[in-house]
Parts: sequence; C-alpha cells; structure tokens
Amino acid sequence: MLAFVLRRLVQAVLVMLTVAFIAFMLFQYVGDPVTNILGQDATPQQRQQLRADLGLDSPFPVQFARFVGNAARGEFGLSLRQGRKVSSLIAERLPATLELTMLAALIALAVGIPMGVYSALRRGTFVSQAMMTISLIGVSLPTFLIGILLILVFAVTLKWLPSFGRGEVVAFGPWTTGITSVDGWRHLVLPAITLAIFQLTLIMRLVRSEMLEVLRADYIKFARARGLPDRAVYFHHALKNTLVPVMTITGLQIGGLIAFAIITETVFQWPGMGLLFIQAVQFADIPVMAAYLCLIALIFVIINLVVDLLYFAVDPRLRVERTAGAH
Amino acid sequence: MKRFAPWLIATSLALLAPLAQSVTLRVADQGDVQSMDPHSLNESLQLSFTGNVYEPLVERGKDMGLAPALATKWTQTSPTVWRFDLRQGVKFHDGTPFTADDVVFTFKRAAGEGSDMKGYTSAIKEVRKVGDGAVEIETNSPYPILPDTLTRVQIMSKKWCQENKAELPVDRRKGIENTASFKANGTGPFRLKERQPSVRTVLAKNFNWWGKADGNLDEVVFTPIGNDATRVAALLSGEVDLMEPVPLQDVERLKSAGLTVLQGPELRTIFLGMDQKRDELQFSNIKGKNPFKDVRVRRAFYQAIDEETIKSRVMRGAALPTGLMVGAAVRGFQPDMNKRLPYDVEAAKKLLADAGYPNGFEVGMNCPNDRYVNDAAICQAIAANLARIGVKVNLMSETKVSYFPKILRRDTSFYLLGWTPSTVDSHDTLSAIMATPTEKGQGQFNLGAYSNPKLDELVLKIQSETDQKKRNDMIREAFKIHQDDVGHIPLHQQALAWATNKNVQLIQLPSNDMYFKWITLKSK
Repeated sequence: MLAFVLRRLVQAVLVMLTVAFIAFMLFQYVGDPVTNILGQDATPQQRQQLRADLGLDSPFPVQFARFVGNAARGEFGLSLRQGRKVSSLIAERLPATLELTMLAALIALAVGIPMGVYSALRRGTFVSQAMMTISLIGVSLPTFLIGILLILVFAVTLKWLPSFGRGEVVAFGPWTTGITSVDGWRHLVLPAITLAIFQLTLIMRLVRSEMLEVLRADYIKFARARGLPDRAVYFHHALKNTLVPVMTITGLQIGGLIAFAIITETVFQWPGMGLLFIQAVQFADIPVMAAYLCLIALIFVIINLVVDLLYFAVDPRLRVERTAGAH
Repeated sequence: MKRFAPWLIATSLALLAPLAQSVTLRVADQGDVQSMDPHSLNESLQLSFTGNVYEPLVERGKDMGLAPALATKWTQTSPTVWRFDLRQGVKFHDGTPFTADDVVFTFKRAAGEGSDMKGYTSAIKEVRKVGDGAVEIETNSPYPILPDTLTRVQIMSKKWCQENKAELPVDRRKGIENTASFKANGTGPFRLKERQPSVRTVLAKNFNWWGKADGNLDEVVFTPIGNDATRVAALLSGEVDLMEPVPLQDVERLKSAGLTVLQGPELRTIFLGMDQKRDELQFSNIKGKNPFKDVRVRRAFYQAIDEETIKSRVMRGAALPTGLMVGAAVRGFQPDMNKRLPYDVEAAKKLLADAGYPNGFEVGMNCPNDRYVNDAAICQAIAANLARIGVKVNLMSETKVSYFPKILRRDTSFYLLGWTPSTVDSHDTLSAIMATPTEKGQGQFNLGAYSNPKLDELVLKIQSETDQKKRNDMIREAFKIHQDDVGHIPLHQQALAWATNKNVQLIQLPSNDMYFKWITLKSK
C-alpha cells in the first residue's frame, strides 16, 4: 500500500514538473514579455534593464528553478494586462468555477444515475427510448450551442432566467458564493445545466450499460432464485456493483468539468477561471496563462491520486492482482 | 461650493421623486476596463471609461471640438509656452480641492515610469505652476495641437496618490499592486462605487460635480460580456439597457425587435500598406526586385479593389469608403479630396502590364483576424479582387497577439492596418503612418516605409505651424502627394455600432468614447 502511494506521488510530481516546464516555456516563446511591457518604441538600454530586472538574463536552468520555486508558493507575478497579482486574480475566480462545477456534477449524478437505471430496467419502452435519443443529442451537441439555445429560450423568449453573470454574491472571507440568494440561484441554473448535460448523458449511458451487464451476472440470477423482491435485487445488489466504475469516471470527469467550464463560462460570462484564461490568451497575458495551466494540472493530479487511492480501497481484487488491471 | 450641496441634493430629490427610485443605466461592453488607473493603459475603452471619473484640462465636446474642462481658458503666450487657467472651486471625490499642484503632479506621473501615456506628454518640456489658479506648459518645440493632446491626460489628485502609494502607475516588474488600479478619486461627474474586475464596475453620480449633466443617470452598472451572442441576448432580454459593439449580423435583428441601433463612422481608417523599402520583396515569387517600388503597381492594386462590394457584402453596409487616410471628424480632413481612384479591373491590368508584370505575381499578405470589424473577411475579399488582375495573394490571417509583433518588426510585404489619430488632428496620421521612418519616432507605423522627402518636410512644418489656414494648406498638399504616390491604399472607416433599448438617449462620438453625463434614461 505504501509503495503504491509513493509511486503515485512520484508520478504526480513528475507530471507537475513537466507542466511547469511547459508553462515556463510560454514565457520564453509566446510573445516577448519585454516588448509586451515596454512597447515597441523602447530603447535597447531600457530593454536590457528590463531583462535584468525580470531575471531573463540568467542561465536557463536558474530561471526554471526560480519559476518552479515561485510557482510552488503560488506566486506567478503580476498580470501583464491588469497589473494585479495573478494569485489573487485566481483566488477571486476559483469559487465561481468550483460552485458551477460542483452543481453541474451534482445535477449530472442526480439525474444521470436514475435515468441510466430506468433505461436499463425498462429497456424498449417508449420512455427509455426517448431517454436514449435525448442522451445522444446531449453527447453530440457542442456545449456552446446548448448554452446559446438555453439563453435563447429561457432568457430572451421566456424571460424567466438571466442570460449572463453570477448575480448577487455573498462573501465569506475570501470565498464568494451565490447559493445563499434567490438571485444567485437564478443565475446558476442555466450555466450549470449547460455544463452538466454532457456529463449527465455520459453517466446515464455508462450506468445503463454497466447495469445491463450486471443484471446478466450469476449472482443476480441467484438473488432472484432466492426469491428476493425486484427492488432489493435492482437497487441493493445490481446498482451497488454498477457504481464502482461510475465513481471512477465521475471523479475523473470533475477535472474535465473544470476544463470544459471554459466554454460555458465564456457563453454565460461566468466570472470563473475559464473566462480569466480565455481573456489572458487573447492578450497573451502569460503569467495568468501559466498559472492556470499549473493549477488545472494540479487539480487533475490530485483528483487522479484520490481516485487511484479510492479504487484501491474499494476494489479488493486490486490489492491481490494490481498488475492484471481488472477494469 | 459646499453651501450649494444641500440645494443640489434637494433638487435632485425633487427630480427623482416621481420615479420613486434612482435611475440606473446598465451597460454591457465586449471587454472590461483593465484598470481604474487613467495612465496605465493607452486604450480607447480604458480612457473612455475612466473619462467619466477623471477629467482632463481640455475635453472634447459633443461635436468633437475642444471644450473647457478643468481648464477654463488657454492661451499661447509664446510659440512654445501655453497658459491654462484652472477652474476654481473644483473638488476631488474625496473632498480635496483641485489645485495647480495636482496638474503638475499628473503630468509628471503620466510622463513617468510605468505610464502608457508618454506618447501624449513627449512634446512637453515642463509644466509649471503659476499661482494656485493656473499652470504654464512649455513644449520642446512649437506645438499647435497641444490642447488636443491634453484631452487624453486625465488629472489625478496629488494628495490621494501620495497617501495611497500610487505616485506612479503600477510597475508590472516589481510585482507590487497599486491602489490606483482598483480605486479612483477624480473630479468627474461620476465616482467609482464598486469595482469587481471583469464582473461589474459601478459608478455613482457625483453630486458635487462642478458642471451640469445633460443626462439624468444616478448610477451606471458596467458589465463586460465577451461573447457576442450573449451580449445581444442580454439586451434583447432587457437585462442591459445599452451595449456595444453590435455584431454586424445582428443589426437587423435588433432593429426588428424594437431596439435602437446607432451607427456612425469611427475615427479609425482601415487601409493597406505595401513594403516599399526592401530591394527584393520578402514574400513573393519576384526575385531581385520589389514590384511595390513602382507606383503603377500600387495604383493597379488600388484600382483592382472593389471597395463598394466590400462595403455592402463584407461590412453589411457598416463602412464608409474613403479616399483619404483620415476621416471627416479629423482636423485637416479635405472633403473635396476624399475620392477613391475608380474601381477598374481593365485599367489595373494595363498598369500592371506597363510595369512589367503582364501575368501578375505572387505576394504574401498579413492580416489580423480579431482586431478590426471583419478584418480577415476584408482581406479575403481583397485577395479575390487581386486574383482578377493575376496577382496571387498568399493570405496569412492570424490573431492580433501574433500579428502585431510581426508587422511591427516590418516582417511583411503587404498588410492591413487601422489607424485612429488620437489627437483628432491630421498631423498624427501624417507623422505616424505617412512620414519616412526615423529613429526619432517619425513613421513609427509606416510599416512599408513609404517615403517622400517632400511630404516629410511638410510634416515637420505642419507640426509647428500655428496659422490654421497655412497649416490646412500644407496638410492638403501632403495628402495630395500621398494620394499621387499611392503611399497606402485607404479602404474605409468602419462604423461604430451601439444598441440601446428605446428609453435611452445618448450622444455617440466618432472616437467611441461613451460619456455617461450625456445619457438620459427615460422612465418606462
């Protein structure tokens, strides 16, 4: 167990170093920060001075080591565009993204699992056929289109819900949230649904196919033979066994949700990290881009690590034959 | 001033009474204001927004003419010295009186480290205090357009900047934040009430403002909405009252939904430039010579471009084709000279053949795809036009972030650019775009290095000529030279497009500045 955790940790550090290296290369090759800061009309002396001030004249490994050291402390310098600390910009945006992502994940689970179970149990009925068709649309429609369609229907035509922004937020220390007010919830609904739809359909299809497979298993037949009621067979035995892979996938998809949030945040002008990143790309605001890249990598690495550990804890077979890769 | 305050409040309360609530205008814009610091970024949205909070000495009126702001009167006392009488009784939002010290301080700040406004202060040698009520500004050489330049320099409070350690604009190198980036203390008609970068910025009416607002706004909520479709939806659903820019394809839709779309020519002129410096064109199949050095080739390109179709198809009518490099609102504009060379494919072919390229040639073209209205589509249309005279254009459209560094290095043979003379005077365009590039900054954006010594001479004279009649004649002559040489190929002025609901009345300036003091929101 300890060896397994250690090996995972070493891998995680390697991944982070690689991402940090890529982020660092951004500074070197995407636009020249000296030109960005000083403009075109600066003299060579001014350029040289700035190079020295920014530490750009030190040898490459020294610069990289300095970058990693600062990054480890969460320091990425000032945004070239806004002139504010990148760390505080990200800290401001993180709650918005997490709130949206968590709600989307909840919707995806709370709706996706029952739909998957239903369509597996009542195969061939009209309702489950309809669910399958809808899920196909959900998987294939791009997020931005779903967002725009929802805005068109619920904001422009029906005028029930707002089309952009986060609405009223309440601050608890550095954390801001919209879930304590009606206005905040009204603003959350459309972007959360937009973000959830892809995951929802994915989970639904996954649960359905797992469920179908499990229902064919011997222990289900034995359970029936023992005369257990359907309810106990389906929800106690079958569903429980279905959820192992669902948990794994969901964990990994949360990372994906945060990454997908870029598009949803752009469409709904949701003031999260994705929007910050897109704006940074448009202006070649490299410190912000680098910080975002490192943070997203960190989130993925942490989630992966937790999922690996959970998997290890949940599935007894792994402990015996981890190299076989049962799933 | 203080004794008037209760009276002002009483009046405004009386005015507000029938509405029973304050008048709030909700504005959505494509981008956010990057900073509240009026000297940190020389960008039109930035200066337009902070222009509601901070004020310059001299401002632009509704007709783009010069109008007194913090200076009530200005006179030129010698060819290089100007005297500005300051408005008395003005207070900053924190209550500190506005004095000559603030003006001296501001110009030092705007010319100093970290400031992006140095372009507006470079002609200034010194700013001197003449008692509390006036300042003298001395320029390095005679500089008749000084008041025009000053419209972009917004005055800050010396005391406030010192107390908040904001004596200089933020220095991105040192990694230390600067209070002036997110707080503000100006003299303008609105004060900053709330600032949440890229979420919302709220301005509230300054009841102690020295002037009289034409509009009736008590509060302005400014929200950036980057996505075009969402911004349109926000206006359609009534969540915002005013938004800009309107995507061209949505203009008709908004009009049919009963909203108002205001379109007017912008100050910016879109044009094409050609490398006339290198002896061999960099990105072409012609070796050993540069076809663009031949005026016949430049003229052929000009006449091959069907600007009317670009206007009607690519720009959906939202463009004003132009034959001059400056627009109608700019001082020195010559209405009678604003004629394009006729669109004539046969003539263009003949010119090209006369120049020795009967079968045309290949040339690379650089174009931004996210800077000007439909920029990449304009370039595609031009490439198609030029194909008709046998010129094969290898078009390279890219994002402004990679486009500008490239063309500013002059790594281009043929490019599209837009230029707004920030002083609203022809000299700006003449000097930055048409003059021969020099070390001193002349021709800084003349990226194809078009050069005519006669024009250079005129540009220098225009800079210091104080007699308006003579100056205008020289501008005319310079434009004539440039037109005859086809130094650049002017295309059009793109239209500004703002959209509002029916309750909003406003003034749209060709500079795209949005002054909230001129906006009235009628009750529904």
